[in-house]
Amino acid sequence: MIPIEYYLILSAFMFIMGVIGVLTRKNAIIVFMSIELMLNSANLTFVTFSSYLGNVTGQLFVFFVMTVAAAEAAVGLAIIIALFRNKQTVSIDEINILKW
Amino acid sequence: MNIYDLIFYLFATITVLSALAVVSTKNIIYSAYNLMLTFFGVAGLYVLLGADFLAIVQLIVYVGGILILILFGVMLTNKVNGMPIHTEVTNIIPASITIGLFAGIVLAFFMNTNWKSVTTEFPATTIQSLGKLLMNEYILIFELLGVLLLIALIGAASIARKQ
Amino acid sequence: MLESYIPIMLVLGFAVVFAMAAVFSSKLFGPQRPNPEKLSTYESGVKPIGTTHERVSIKYYLIAMLFIIFDIEVIFVYPWAVEFRQLFAEFGISVFVSMFIFLVVFELGFLYAYKKGGFDWD
Repeated sequence: MIPIEYYLILSAFMFIMGVIGVLTRKNAIIVFMSIELMLNSANLTFVTFSSYLGNVTGQLFVFFVMTVAAAEAAVGLAIIIALFRNKQTVSIDEINILKW
Repeated sequence: MNIYDLIFYLFATITVLSALAVVSTKNIIYSAYNLMLTFFGVAGLYVLLGADFLAIVQLIVYVGGILILILFGVMLTNKVNGMPIHTEVTNIIPASITIGLFAGIVLAFFMNTNWKSVTTEFPATTIQSLGKLLMNEYILIFELLGVLLLIALIGAASIARKQ
Repeated sequence: MLESYIPIMLVLGFAVVFAMAAVFSSKLFGPQRPNPEKLSTYESGVKPIGTTHERVSIKYYLIAMLFIIFDIEVIFVYPWAVEFRQLFAEFGISVFVSMFIFLVVFELGFLYAYKKGGFDWD
């Protein structure tokens, strides 16, 4: 049996990868993919605890996270596409009209 | 080392390497395909953890849905007559400080917690208990998710529509 | 418990091996004499115009988005349908009504997309 720590290390690694992607990449779509990575790592943690504590509720919460992720994908990518149509770029450095 | 450990290490390696590749490759299409591998590896880990229905849902929703949407996003935001967008890296120094701090905090919490686990016999399939929970304790969240998806659909359709 | 997944692993392994064999055996055994004419894009015999990196139309995005929303709907209906017989014996008609409300709320979005012309193909 694999100890629970291994799964937790794995999901922490995925989460940190997501943070790196959000902080360092310029393309809005890659930032978006990194957010999906972080959501996936949270899901993995939920399922790990659900399995090691013998409680199915954690798996149900993964459903809810997936629904939010899908809604986010639909709206977020629609925003990125609308942005591209107006400014001809998806680089988050050049989208700065709200910058003070 | 038995076969379960071997399967775990296989899927964990797939997940780690492809997650690393998602944030490090320059080509956005490669990032998207590596994201697919990451989702696949996580689905394998779900199977190993006894969440069979969730593994299928992971494949259907993430690989079959969200990733396709992301690829559509890539294709729709391409420069009209040029190669696929190569994206550069920015904010190296502040980002590495933040990430170092964050990773340190995660590691500290990880070391200082005594993780509890009980070895219970897990049911062969989890669909029944999921359906029961969905219709009992979490019925309100279930209905509210319907409203959330309705809002997402209307919002996305009206933002992305051709003017 | 994992024994029931052995067929899936077998199919997966077979698919990977077969795909590898199909792709690389022609590279390995076939003769390779490329010239610029052979390497150019095949466009039904006509000279190709522009590159293949064309931007696709926004219409496809709307279809993909509708697909993913209804994908999510399926993952909620499925456990409900599997467990329906027992839940119906326990709670009666209210199990049916709660799913019906969920679906009606959903179809409002479908109706909106239909009215807005999300399904018109030009």
